[in-house]
Amino acid sequence: MAAFLRIKGFFNKLFSKKRSRVGIYGPPNAGKTTLANRIVRDVTGEALGPASEIPHETRRARRKEGVEISSGSGNKLMIDIVDTPGVTTKIDYHEFLEYGMDQDEAVARAREATEGVAEAMHWLREDIDGVIYVLDSTQDPFMHVNIMMIGIIEARKLPVVIVANKIDLPDASPQRIKSAFPQHPVVEISGLEGNNMEALYSKIAEVFK
Amino acid sequence: MIQGVQLDMLSADRLSKMTSYEKIRLILDDVHQGCVVVLERGLTPEEQGKLLEATMMEIAPGGFSGIEIETYPSFGGDKGLFGKLFKKGDNSRMMVIGPVDQLKMLSREKDRLIAWASAAQ
Ligand SMILES: Nc1nc2c(ncn2[C@@H]2O[C@H](COP(=O)(O)OP(=O)(O)O)[C@@H](O)[C@H]2O)c(=O)[nH]1
Ligand SMILES: [Mg+2]
Repeated sequence: MAAFLRIKGFFNKLFSKKRSRVGIYGPPNAGKTTLANRIVRDVTGEALGPASEIPHETRRARRKEGVEISSGSGNKLMIDIVDTPGVTTKIDYHEFLEYGMDQDEAVARAREATEGVAEAMHWLREDIDGVIYVLDSTQDPFMHVNIMMIGIIEARKLPVVIVANKIDLPDASPQRIKSAFPQHPVVEISGLEGNNMEALYSKIAEVFK
Repeated sequence: MIQGVQLDMLSADRLSKMTSYEKIRLILDDVHQGCVVVLERGLTPEEQGKLLEATMMEIAPGGFSGIEIETYPSFGGDKGLFGKLFKKGDNSRMMVIGPVDQLKMLSREKDRLIAWASAAQ
């Protein structure tokens, strides 16, 4: 009986091993959706959702199931990718007016953005097994929201890969991100231009397996 | 009365007697009144997450537009085994929270934060 149970346990592990659900997190406009689209497009040829220079374009989490990541060394890993709304402690609708939206549109976007942040936090609490934390390399990595999110991710013991994004920009400083988070792997990429994606895939395959 | 910003400075002792919910409620009530809150010992990451969610629920376009929150970004400095063993977590650092339209961070360093506070408009 004990042997049977052990064998059953072995088969359960082998066949019903849950796919890791990897959440793409980070502040607004870090390039999360651009990166999610690139990963999903590289693998399946589809896109996850629209990216935009206007903050809070993504106001609902979007999920793509069964994305196969392969590393250069031949490691393969099947994951679900969740693109999440940017996390912030403040949302002022006036910001959206500057992009030519009218008052009603801007107010509606602000309302949805607040719900989006709450939704991102909810996914992180309940439904995420690992995190790709995306940072814009031209911005200050010590912004409190990053310190808080990495703190939450560490408290939940979730595996994390930090992405230093937008390295194609002249004032990018991925080194600043590396020295801010020396305890975690940091991969420098340009999600927009697709630079260094192979290094990211290898790291994903290694960290979320 | 002099013009200015009210500061509410809570000691670690006082905070240790409060539940998470009490802390979050007190912070948001203070912030809604244009007050800047200083915590001698900051919130845990989980509490910060809850504060953020509560903040999102209370943002009203044209009214309250959120909070500014800062603490010393302590990790990174104490990486080694010694640091890990004796580190009390980021929540042991002082934390400052205020209305986003009144509190602006001017600079953040590992061991120094400079902020500008203005009176409510
Ligand atoms: N230069 C540059 N721009 C980027 C990169 N990734 C994203 N962006 C731009 O940053 C803006 C925000 O991108 P988006 O993916 O919507 O960010 P999200 O809010 O984090 O989902 C858009 O204008 C993107 O084109 C990058 O690697 N380099
Ligand atoms: Mg997005």
